[in-house]
Amino acid sequence: MNLGPLQWVRATAVLLAVLLLAGCFTKRKNEGARLYAQRCASCHGENGEGLRRLIPPLAGSDYLGQHRSSLPCQLRKGLAGEITVNGVKYNQLMPGNESLTDSEITNLLNYVQTSWGNKEEVWTIKEVADELKYCGGARGL
Amino acid sequence: MTFSTLRHTLSVSLLALASSLLFPACSTNSASADSETKLPYLGDRAMQPAPMAGPADTIFTVPTFTLTDQEGKTITNDTFKGKIYITDFFFATCPSICPKMQSELLRVYEKFQGDPRVLFLSHTIDPAHDSIPVLRDYAERLGVKDASRWHFATAQHDTIFGLARAYMTGAQKDATVKGGFAHSGTFALVDTQRHIRGLYDGMEPSQVEKLMQDIPLLLKEIEAEKQTTSR
Ligand code: HEC
Repeated sequence: MNLGPLQWVRATAVLLAVLLLAGCFTKRKNEGARLYAQRCASCHGENGEGLRRLIPPLAGSDYLGQHRSSLPCQLRKGLAGEITVNGVKYNQLMPGNESLTDSEITNLLNYVQTSWGNKEEVWTIKEVADELKYCGGARGL
Repeated sequence: MTFSTLRHTLSVSLLALASSLLFPACSTNSASADSETKLPYLGDRAMQPAPMAGPADTIFTVPTFTLTDQEGKTITNDTFKGKIYITDFFFATCPSICPKMQSELLRVYEKFQGDPRVLFLSHTIDPAHDSIPVLRDYAERLGVKDASRWHFATAQHDTIFGLARAYMTGAQKDATVKGGFAHSGTFALVDTQRHIRGLYDGMEPSQVEKLMQDIPLLLKEIEAEKQTTSR
């Protein structure tokens, strides 16, 4: 195949556009995992294992199913006071994440709900936004 | 550019890349060969002891201290007499690196749990919040039942920050940081003569592995010294 200069430019542009788009999608798709690594893993562990009786596990946590509707606000506002996870009592401060958008919270929750063997029901952005109304309201995508 | 010139540039740059990758590898190899036999002395006036004079006072020494641990007991340098210890700085409500760092230190603690020559000392850098009951609760939740093996200690704010500097773990108040304190997750390894013999990034599992390899080396050195002094 013999390409002229113009065709080269065109081909390169198409290739670039495809690469950029793909990057966009993967970034979106992995957003939950990325946010988890940035904001949660230092405490809950890379595999959601928690830390003894200091920090509760997310992997296999019965709390996720039992307190499903309170999770979006918990991620945004944090959590304090005694809670019980898998029969073990925890009482430590979890900081909030005020800067997270609704869609970021959705991706983060769905990452937690479906990782490390967890098989919790996933969230839609609408559901998350509805819950966030109870703690300061939705914050857009 | 013709194909052959392209190939030429490529091979030249590959060669440059390869050598830049190889040479540092060589030098780190030889450095670690030394440290396998004897750990270095770290600190401001770090200097290898002269063979005849023994470890003279040119080597940086951890200053004297008085702290209170999770059982309300007073601990001083004498608490660690004849022992080696690993120390770090944390606070109970730390939102960033502490949990990870303390879980790494827990790994070391559990590995050397059966060896009474190895002690642990965690200082709180938030003495206003981390009272003795808070420290006790924290230790218990972490699974540390024996306070005489792993002390969670508090003191006046200035005392703690002075010690953090001495152990080269750099803790300071910083309102711009989440949680209000900036500190590095450094572990310091201290020998029986109050000299710092190793610094490790507690956030880096590979460095924590190195610490677990260095501890037996330091213990061996101490046993050897005991042998010569008792003879
Ligand atoms: C500073 C450490 C810390 C960070 C960072 C943190 N958490 Fe937590 N998390 C905790 C603690 C401590 C608790 C228990 C709170 C209590 O005792 O009231 C908790 C509880 C939870 C729970 C409910 C209990 C369970 O185990 O199911 C969930 C869900 C949770 N965290 C998710 C997250 C997610 C997602 C992130 C990241 C956005 C995150 N946490 C970041 C410390 C942290």
